[in-house]
Amino acid sequence: MQSFDLVRASNRPAAVASGAASPTAQQGANVRFLAGGTTLVDLMKLGVEHPDRVVDINRLGLDRVGNEANGDLSVGATVRNSDLAHHPLVRGNYAALSQAILAGASTQLRNAATTAGNLLQRTRCMYFRDLASACNKREPGSGCPAITGANRMLAILGTSESCIATQPSDMAVAMLAYDAVVHVQGVSGDLQIPLADFYVLPGQRPDIETVLAPGDLVTHVTLPPRPAGERSAYLKLRDRASYEFALVSAAVAVTLANGKIASAHFAVGGVGTRPWRIDEAERGLVGQAPSEQAFRNAADICLKGARPQSRNGFKVELAKRCIVHAFKQVTR
Amino acid sequence: MTSTRANTAAAEDPYDKRLNVILKVNGQERAVSIDPRMTLLDCLREVLHLTGTKKGCDHGQCGACTIHVGGRRVNSCLALAAAHDGDEIVTIEGLGTPANLHPMQQAFLDNDAYQCGYCTSGQIMSAVALLREPVGASDDDVREFMSGNICRCGAYPNIVKAIQQARRAGGGS
Repeated sequence: MQSFDLVRASNRPAAVASGAASPTAQQGANVRFLAGGTTLVDLMKLGVEHPDRVVDINRLGLDRVGNEANGDLSVGATVRNSDLAHHPLVRGNYAALSQAILAGASTQLRNAATTAGNLLQRTRCMYFRDLASACNKREPGSGCPAITGANRMLAILGTSESCIATQPSDMAVAMLAYDAVVHVQGVSGDLQIPLADFYVLPGQRPDIETVLAPGDLVTHVTLPPRPAGERSAYLKLRDRASYEFALVSAAVAVTLANGKIASAHFAVGGVGTRPWRIDEAERGLVGQAPSEQAFRNAADICLKGARPQSRNGFKVELAKRCIVHAFKQVTR
Repeated sequence: MTSTRANTAAAEDPYDKRLNVILKVNGQERAVSIDPRMTLLDCLREVLHLTGTKKGCDHGQCGACTIHVGGRRVNSCLALAAAHDGDEIVTIEGLGTPANLHPMQQAFLDNDAYQCGYCTSGQIMSAVALLREPVGASDDDVREFMSGNICRCGAYPNIVKAIQQARRAGGGS
């Protein structure tokens, strides 16, 4: 691990000012915020991350979960993943979020990992994590050996000729289905960024993963209230039963009225360079009776444009079946 | 930062970034002077000589380094020690003594819940925390919520038995 200065931010403006000294908030940032450390410390050991300055944001009071006056659920940036998953407001109203968090990592990691850290965790693509390999995300312009290599776990949606890395968060998939908004304190004020606009596609610059600028400090995430009677679930399919990243996953939320679908929302994970949600696929479900065919049609629309790599063609059908199965679970 | 530069005489030395930190380990305050790069795992083993906590993968994947920080189980290999100034830490050495084993340690003995023993302290620290967590009590729940502790000898069936024995004995404290 490269040497660095460790400082504890005394307040939020001080954290923002520290972060703003970095030329980028993306790959290669020389200032990093430290929350749970489960991604950052791991990547610093590998040499993928090598900040000169690490700013501890754990004591900034960003660790609260609660309802805001407008009914939104507010989740602080440094709330531990375990605490969020077990919170009564989450278990009660956002079941898919609780399930998604508990389907990821291990209890030890969830006890340390935080809301903002989970959103900002980096891809598990083995070439990204291996300094001996080329990787356009880690070293722009160096190439992508995954496209012709071990790509079974990697993305089929949102890819480019530069990068096919999967965004690995389960939590983000559920939050996307729930229309989460990321709240950021930055150099020039506060920003509210819908999670749908938070991640950027890799294009020619896969080193740029989010819209965050230097100094931007995620303070909290809000989730709008859910319709009465909504049922939601997170289904994750993987190579082993526990403690493994998704091959494919789906967060689904649905309400029924008079035997018809009144509202439907879903997002999929494990298949995209960012969590994947297609509004058109949801709109097609509204007004229909829940049926295998209706869910299948929605899944087809969601996966439209999928570009399988050499070893992950199975993900197209698996993702569709995952969506259908999850919807059947919540409409039984 | 509540911790301070350790070596003021060497403040001009850009390579000396040591910080003074106090860790409350197994009920005792321990003052250490450490580089920011040092993990809690390395600090426990190499500075405080508490070698019951094991280094397996060093990347948060195997669970051998599991300890309790503020009463919760975490991977000590992914925690920077200097970021835990003032935190309460419990290691396997703080759980029981050879003459007075913790009920979970006794349950692991009774059920032969190990072979080589390398993962065992992490398994036991995880298991003690598990019994305090808001999750189900079935064997399947134990398997799910112990999945962050890998045992390459494959002692899993007896680990589950040991944890359930400790649970029945009220051994979660």
